[in-house]
Amino acid sequence: MREGPVAGAEQGPEDRAKAGPGVDAGGGPKGGPGGKGGPPRRRGPTLAQQEARAGLALLSPTLIVVVTMVVLPILWTIVIAFQDLRLRNLRTRLFDFEFTLKNFDTVLTSPGFLEGLKVTLIYSIVGTVLSIALGLVAALVVRKPFKGRTLVRASMLLPYVAPVVAVTFVWQIMLNPELGIINAIGVDLLGWKESIPFLEQRTGTLSIFGFDLGVPTALIVVILYQAWRYFPFSFLFILARLQALPGELDEAARVDGASPLQRFWRITLPQLQGVIALLTVLRFIWTFNEFDDIFLLTQGGAGTEVVSVRVFRYLTGRGDLGAAAALSLVLALALALFLYLYFRFFVGRVKEADAI
Amino acid sequence: MSRTDVGTGVADHAPTPKAPARRPARPRPPLSREVVETRILGVLKWITIACFVIATLFPFYYMVELAVRSIEDVALDPGALWPPRGASLAAFGEVLRSVDDGGQGFLVFLRNSGFIALTSVVVTLVVSILGAYAISRLQFFGRRQVHFLFLAVYLFPAILLAIPLFVFFTRIGLRGSLFGLILVYTSQIVPVTIHMLRNYFDTVPESLEEAAALDGASRLTIIRKVALPLAKPAIMATSLFVFMIAWNEFLFALLFLVENRENWTVSLGLSQLAGSVEVAKTTLMAGSVILTIPIIVLFFATERLLVEGLTSGAEKG
Repeated sequence: MREGPVAGAEQGPEDRAKAGPGVDAGGGPKGGPGGKGGPPRRRGPTLAQQEARAGLALLSPTLIVVVTMVVLPILWTIVIAFQDLRLRNLRTRLFDFEFTLKNFDTVLTSPGFLEGLKVTLIYSIVGTVLSIALGLVAALVVRKPFKGRTLVRASMLLPYVAPVVAVTFVWQIMLNPELGIINAIGVDLLGWKESIPFLEQRTGTLSIFGFDLGVPTALIVVILYQAWRYFPFSFLFILARLQALPGELDEAARVDGASPLQRFWRITLPQLQGVIALLTVLRFIWTFNEFDDIFLLTQGGAGTEVVSVRVFRYLTGRGDLGAAAALSLVLALALALFLYLYFRFFVGRVKEADAI
Repeated sequence: MSRTDVGTGVADHAPTPKAPARRPARPRPPLSREVVETRILGVLKWITIACFVIATLFPFYYMVELAVRSIEDVALDPGALWPPRGASLAAFGEVLRSVDDGGQGFLVFLRNSGFIALTSVVVTLVVSILGAYAISRLQFFGRRQVHFLFLAVYLFPAILLAIPLFVFFTRIGLRGSLFGLILVYTSQIVPVTIHMLRNYFDTVPESLEEAAALDGASRLTIIRKVALPLAKPAIMATSLFVFMIAWNEFLFALLFLVENRENWTVSLGLSQLAGSVEVAKTTLMAGSVILTIPIIVLFFATERLLVEGLTSGAEKG
């Protein structure tokens, strides 16, 4: 596969060395074949063609891997979503192209679909906002150098780099009603009447000033976990941006008598707008598609079944490949829609506000 | 990064020593908003730092603490912050021993995880160095589009991709093999590593390579002898990044390898055993320490390199 073009590429520099000054001095790689009044046309490819070939040759392993393992599978998912394909009829039905809309009917009318979409949306929005807010606070407090800052910064990145299976397992045990330290502290020191099964409880009651409020316990815990695990990502990027900010503006505001809080709101935060907007989009996409964390923490139980966990259930639990593909397409389309709305209404408005 | 630290440090610390020096001259400076806010924020800052450090480190401390306690001990006193009745490393022995010897066989899982992660690093590096070099250095049709195509891939949920790959590898009988999984990992990571490496190649001046070309070096020789040595820091950072992703990965390992215990990775083994009632949670806690340690060691050894590799270009917003 690679031999032909690579051999061509190896000729390249020699040709360039020989032909360089005479043929297309200054024309560079863009010089086309057969320029006016040039020397008689050569048999071989031109420099531009050679470079293009070399480029494609070097890129071909990447293209092959990405196209066969990512692009084609995505397209194939669309096909599967319209097939009646199950794990047990995989051998016979894989190339049976009788298209049907049945999968979408199954998926969209199944009980709990809308609930799942709602949970996904709440999880993504609150999780994104919390993780970015925490990241911003963390970046602000370690902005200026102090003794041990490197260590503090490294420890703040730990939740993000540690293996997801290990950290979810620790959280599970920490929150466990019998063994966990949180419940032990709650019952012994904070006077809880009984331990709380944080990850198994769909709705708990929270008593504030005599009012009993129903709260979705497991969903809240999962969102807090998500903020804990992913704030380092925002922290890292906001800190990098903070440290590249020019100090003059801040200094000028200080001289003019702006207090530290005023300087933060009026000077620093506006300069972070770009990186925060980027993080919002990235975190929202990744949280919306999130599977590992919720699956490992609750297996999607107790009101935390996000759409990706439902896809997994169709795929392995029922072996219904068609329905799994259909639901994953619905998930991707929903994400595209929300991103469109975000850019259309939110980013658009910010730009208009800037223009005024 | 260190240069910026020093810079801001000097600028921001300058006013602090002035404050006490001014005090004898003006006995009671009026409590301006500036002073009040600076003092309150100064205190709040340290409280916040303490909270963050406790919140991020405590779960890892707790992991180690449970790993060295016995399960009976934990059940008796779940709130203890220090192993009250002495620590023991017995859980580590049990979790590492093979199933035949009454253990959980994590040694085999470690071998699998190590093999998958290291092979993924090598394959991903070879593929993405060539690709990143091409995108950074050579003019050819569609190079910009290719780049965006790669990043667009990340909009799709992993679970969507998992379905056709699951079908494909089941059909050709490669599901359950480590090689199939390595291919999947490579394809998933390559878009990012190309992005990281390309950013770096873009900062390395081309003149050295042109000189080598004039001396008659072939393209591959130039990459190997000139471009690679210059890009060493970026390549190190990229390798670490790939290693961490492949070592930590869960979803595809679950889908591909779950049926054959011999092929389980550490992540998969831990998640599979976590649900069973037969294995003590403290034993598994030792397993999760074993899963986490290589990553933490690697991370602390190379934190600066990795952080710079990942956020390069982010400074410009």
